[in-house]
Amino acid sequence: MSGDQNPYLHVFRMAGLFAVGIGAFLVLRALYVPGDFGTFGHYRPAALEANRAVAAKFAGRASCEACHTEIVEARKDSKHGGVGCEACHGPLARHASGDDQAPKPVKPDAARLCLTCHRADASKPRTFKQIVPANHYPGEVCTSCHNAHKPQLS
Amino acid sequence: MDLDRRSFLLDAGRLIVLSASASLAWEALLEGRPETAPNYTMTDHWWGMVIDIEKCIGCGNCVRACKTENNVPLEPYTFRTWVERYVVELDDLEHPKVESPNGGYDGFKPIETDTARIKTFFVPKLCNHCAASPCVQVCPVGATFESPDGVVLVDTDYCLGCRYCVQACPYGCRYIDPRTHTVDKCSLCYHRITKGLTTACCETCPTGARQLGDLKNPKDPIHEFLRTHKIQVLKPQMATHSKMYYNGLDGSVR
Repeated sequence: MSGDQNPYLHVFRMAGLFAVGIGAFLVLRALYVPGDFGTFGHYRPAALEANRAVAAKFAGRASCEACHTEIVEARKDSKHGGVGCEACHGPLARHASGDDQAPKPVKPDAARLCLTCHRADASKPRTFKQIVPANHYPGEVCTSCHNAHKPQLS
Repeated sequence: MDLDRRSFLLDAGRLIVLSASASLAWEALLEGRPETAPNYTMTDHWWGMVIDIEKCIGCGNCVRACKTENNVPLEPYTFRTWVERYVVELDDLEHPKVESPNGGYDGFKPIETDTARIKTFFVPKLCNHCAASPCVQVCPVGATFESPDGVVLVDTDYCLGCRYCVQACPYGCRYIDPRTHTVDKCSLCYHRITKGLTTACCETCPTGARQLGDLKNPKDPIHEFLRTHKIQVLKPQMATHSKMYYNGLDGSVR
């Protein structure tokens, strides 16, 4: 037995290793975790801004109606009055922002578009207007009788 | 009082600017649309949505609009919102047949068979923006969280792609983006609702089957709707405190 050696040396060695490990963890943590982490909860507040920074592709009905007042007039008392403009005309945020480079809005294809909603299907609510294309003026385009902005015939 | 001409003018200018913006905000609040107030304050909002099964026609407008708005890959397994069709046979109410071809992106093939012994309807689904989200609880790095205005969001820069949250979500609302290998899901169009717009799915729903609502705004029509309808959330037994309120939800919906 080597009498001079401290019998607890192995414990101190282990404690030293732990201290180095914990120290390294604290340094790395301070380096890599953003300072504001946890301001609102267990996350980075910057992520809120990142989620907000996405550019919208649909302008929203209000911005359409700000310019196209004649359509607002045409849709008064319309059965389609509750339908948002971009539900049929597609995403038009660039067009609405006044961007000269924006692609020109395309007139929707009525033969296809109307049936997206109005083709008869047992799964649709009973109160919703539906047609079986084979029985309802086959071969005709919907818009030859119905005005898409005010579809009721009267 | 050492108030010289210069500092007096500066202070007066500040006062005018401040009161102008405050009165704008106040006007917006009075008219029941705090979302259009110039400064969006997260703690003033608590977002939810009502989904009216009795109005959904399964056109798929919401699915297409969502993929466009949020740049979601056109894969048949990546959806922030999708529409399911339920077909329930009346002598076996507990085992509905559910289909969602491409999430409803291309619409649904009409049912033309005899419908005397079945009931069938559409159920739009999306992230339920739970107030006690299982997905948030399991994220090991804080890459998904409930925002102060009640929206469950993803921090794409922080996500490891470990998929714990994908397994934890009881509603199957999460997917791994094949381009970034990080998780993605409905953000309730956070970039839109914080600017006074509604979500892309609500904007394009032709029948108004989806209505975004601010539960902290006393003038929002969502309160009247919740009060006057028979409302159910999905999987209430999971105690997720979901904020997607379904009207006319059949008991067979899982």
